[in-house]
Amino acid sequence: MKRWLVALSLGLVLVAHPALAADQPKWPGVDEVVVEKFAKELGREAREPYINTDQGDLLLFLFALAGATGGFVIGYCWHKLFVAGKTERESPN
Amino acid sequence: MPTRRPTILLQLLAAVLLGLPSQAWAMHISEGILPPGWALLWFLVAAPFVGWGVVQIQRRKAIDPAYIPLLGIFGAAVFVFSCFPIPVPVAGSTAHPAGTGMSAIFLGPFASVVVAFISLLLQALFLAHGGLTTLGGNTLSMGVLGSFSGYAAFKLGRLLRLNLFWCGFLAGMAADLFTYFGTAGEMALALHGTQPLLSVLGQIYLAFMPTQIPLSLLEGAVTGGMLVYVHKHRPDILRKLKVLGEVRA
Repeated sequence: MKRWLVALSLGLVLVAHPALAADQPKWPGVDEVVVEKFAKELGREAREPYINTDQGDLLLFLFALAGATGGFVIGYCWHKLFVAGKTERESPN
Repeated sequence: MPTRRPTILLQLLAAVLLGLPSQAWAMHISEGILPPGWALLWFLVAAPFVGWGVVQIQRRKAIDPAYIPLLGIFGAAVFVFSCFPIPVPVAGSTAHPAGTGMSAIFLGPFASVVVAFISLLLQALFLAHGGLTTLGGNTLSMGVLGSFSGYAAFKLGRLLRLNLFWCGFLAGMAADLFTYFGTAGEMALALHGTQPLLSVLGQIYLAFMPTQIPLSLLEGAVTGGMLVYVHKHRPDILRKLKVLGEVRA
């Protein structure tokens, strides 16, 4: 049952992930529909970032790298605390 | 070895899932939106929290070696949570949770501000997400308001003798909603001009709500679930962090 639940959750994450959406502009972010919209109405506009990585596929690559690094750090520390740490704590020595 | 294999697979799967590239749609205030005076003011307000947070991290890691992996887990979680968009079908837009409610419970609210500051700095530098001039404002809303409101909601839950899941649920929800309240407040204060401040604040905050209410419920459930998981598998961590007391788990 647990395995099915995990598989279902992972499936949902994959299906719902915006990276897999065929037409991404259908899902604008709240920065666009709220922050930048109100700022524009109130007389300020967002400017380009000082380090603009939004060029070609560079931003997507950096997001992939950030996600993979974040995922690895979480997994590594998780193992240290909840697998190795738990075994260590339960061991009689 | 058999116990290691599922963990390695889980790590790989997490890395693959989190690594799926997507566009940077976020709630952070973008570069250039805050006038220079306000941007500087928010930097000055957020700086003492970050400074004291660094001191707290140094102290706690000297006392408890398990604090470092906790910092790794929740630091990376805040970074990932706060830059990856989640589509909200009822609103037709995407946004992301803050994650600072969860980190405030496990790391302490000041350390959680440091974690948020570092995440926002990396996002502003490399992911064209948020901004360097708005870093102070974004740290104040997501780091300070998110962490302290989440921590206060958790303490309130304990005071009301709610079980651990609901204490975490309140913390996650409060962190998310107060983060966006902070963002709306900073924008309204800086940009309201001749319009009434409260009216502008209300308009911006209400505009966030269709996306943020469902997301805050999700963030609450994740925070509550995390607390229950840690209580089940490593209750000693919660005792050391003084999270457990008379709380019903």
